[in-house]
Amino acid sequence: MALTGIEIYKFLPKTNCKECGFPTCLAFAMKLAAKGVELSLCPYVSDEAKEALETASRPPIRLITIGSGERKIEVGNEVVMFRHEKTFYHPPGFVVRLKDTDPADEIAKLVDEVTSYSVERVGMELSLDGFAIENDSKNGGGFVKCVELVKSKTDLPLILMSSDLPAMDQALEKVASSKPLIYAATKENCDQMAELAKKHQCPLAVYEPESLSELAGLVEQVTGAGVEDVVLDPGARDFGQSLTTLTQLRRLALKKSFRLLGYPIITFPGEGATSVEEEALLAGQQVAKYAGIIVLDRFSPTVSYPLLTLRLNIYTDPQKPIQMAPGIYEIGSSKPDSPLCVTTNFSLTYFSIAGELESSGFPSWLLVCDTEGLSVLTAWAAGKFDAERIAKTVKEFNVAERISHRSVILPGHVAVLRGELEEELPDWKIMVGPREAVDVGGFLKQQWAG
Amino acid sequence: MPAVEVPTEKWTGRVHEVRLGGNGRKSVVVGGEATLPFLQFEGSFPNKPLIAIEVQDCEPKDWSPHLIAAWGDVLSDPGAWAKKAVELGADIIALRLRSAHPEEGDTGADEAKRNTDKVLSAVDIPVIILGPEVAEKDNEVLVAASDVARGQRIALGNCLEKNHRTIAATCIADGHVAIAKTPIEINLAKQLNILLCDVGLSPDAILMDPTTGALGYGIEYTYSVMERLRLAALGGDAMTAMPMICTVGEESWRQKESKFAEGLPASWGEHEERSLIWEEVTASILLNSGADIVVLRHPKTVALVKAAIDKLVSA
Repeated sequence: MALTGIEIYKFLPKTNCKECGFPTCLAFAMKLAAKGVELSLCPYVSDEAKEALETASRPPIRLITIGSGERKIEVGNEVVMFRHEKTFYHPPGFVVRLKDTDPADEIAKLVDEVTSYSVERVGMELSLDGFAIENDSKNGGGFVKCVELVKSKTDLPLILMSSDLPAMDQALEKVASSKPLIYAATKENCDQMAELAKKHQCPLAVYEPESLSELAGLVEQVTGAGVEDVVLDPGARDFGQSLTTLTQLRRLALKKSFRLLGYPIITFPGEGATSVEEEALLAGQQVAKYAGIIVLDRFSPTVSYPLLTLRLNIYTDPQKPIQMAPGIYEIGSSKPDSPLCVTTNFSLTYFSIAGELESSGFPSWLLVCDTEGLSVLTAWAAGKFDAERIAKTVKEFNVAERISHRSVILPGHVAVLRGELEEELPDWKIMVGPREAVDVGGFLKQQWAG
Repeated sequence: MPAVEVPTEKWTGRVHEVRLGGNGRKSVVVGGEATLPFLQFEGSFPNKPLIAIEVQDCEPKDWSPHLIAAWGDVLSDPGAWAKKAVELGADIIALRLRSAHPEEGDTGADEAKRNTDKVLSAVDIPVIILGPEVAEKDNEVLVAASDVARGQRIALGNCLEKNHRTIAATCIADGHVAIAKTPIEINLAKQLNILLCDVGLSPDAILMDPTTGALGYGIEYTYSVMERLRLAALGGDAMTAMPMICTVGEESWRQKESKFAEGLPASWGEHEERSLIWEEVTASILLNSGADIVVLRHPKTVALVKAAIDKLVSA
């Protein structure tokens, strides 16, 4: 775990030579603890101290990169058990598995579909992250050909799954520059797999379902052979095993700084499931509970969309809530004479009111003001949701051109803004809506339709 | 081989056990956990989370066609609906007295009594009665339902801060359980539990509804508030140690992803399947953050989530 300034200070020369640019060694140590500077600024730090500090500052779960380029997968480097303690940093990669026994044209089609799949949510484009190619044919040549085919169609990261060492070597010859994950080193082949990982400079998955001790033993063997980038497969396949084992691994890494198990984890929810729905459910559990790479056996937008949404939700920084882009939103098939409500850009506020408007049966317009992600009352109290800002938003997004009437509905909690808003928007009728989103349907029925 | 000693947490607290049913009716117990959800390697997880199926007292005409097709003609009869729900695996029936809503018929105490009685006589499993979520009407119909079910230990919701005295009093008088609902906030949840205990309701007669955000619609808030409540409970805070209930079906089926079949991007996938997965994933994630009861709508979700719970507890 990270060291404090005082702990770091003990390793420094304590000469206050100022050559690092700080007045004292203690000041430099404090800055190091805050990760604001590099240790290399100190010309006199001993090698022994350097190593001790580097070991201590190594993240408890190593950051592993799979693939290269813009869409590479980076996982690991997590620091908490629960997202509310800080945040979860590196969302798990969703990878689709295909087999070298599948017909080439089907593989080509699937690779195109997955690579181009993209879905928009709260202004973000969400997509899948890669392919796992399994050597199911037991034919080395077939595997290499399949890897080449997939590589020729996509830039997404790859996982190569084969126990055929020459075939793995040949496949790596073709694609090693894009840093695929090698799956997997086992008890039987770990020395040779470690050799391949070193030769081709690629990350290596380690599979050992027997026990965490044996898994750690295998990791010790491959890291001892010089492999640095490791991904763990503890073989925990079903719902219960997955939750228990992945929780234990996260705890060992974070609470015990257990280096040998401080790596991201790969999961195969399809192997613990009996249907596509069950696979989705287990993959969802693994998003929340500690997977680093999730290999899906099936691709379907129906499953990808909810899973990508869930990943976005769980990996949102609790300190920085998702904000909606300010603007005017159509809820249902709104027309120029549909009602206009105004709200803040805190995503939860937006979703509450948008959901209620959606189910009210009234197509409507929802004007979202930039309140820096605060909810109605909080934003009002902080002076970020006032008449001036609402009026400005009305003008900025040309609301008057989109709708034929001149009525705007305020959230009931900020009824006090009515007077000021009438001054800011003299041509408009300012209506005060209900305090709670849930009552907006009833409000519209009475005040709008009636 | 390196020795691996898995760190376990020494929790001092435990979730209260809450019993529903009894007095001739089958009874169930929820809560009692001395560990985080399903982590039986370090503490006792004595009662598996249960599934309540939502039944409404008037035909839900605005429901998704997929729900309507799944339930068929029982939707017009709460008794028949509840019976079918039992056949499809419900542990508990959650009867929503929707017709009492001013927009849905504005029925009163008599209708509430009639429909509660219908469901109570149709099935022998425990029952939850939910009001229309309009404060004055909630009080009127929940008190009426409470009276009909006296002694059968049903759960009554929602109990909010503003009506907690009324609901607590009726729960104490008739031997029921209150569902304390607060808006996704740990301190408000604790505060309401304290208020309820202050007016004499026993901690083992309270369920917490932390307010459910569906997948894509605030689930991360509900998820983290529930994790924090459960961690506080296990840390020894008895006023956060009530079992939790989540209205998963209601929240997931009202979202755009489930509501609309047409005019949506192809990247959203197929409508019926997507609606189901939306409800299923919402349920599964909230079970992993501490839900003791999930209220569901679609029979297929019930079957799938039930199977997942069984796999989680049998590990």
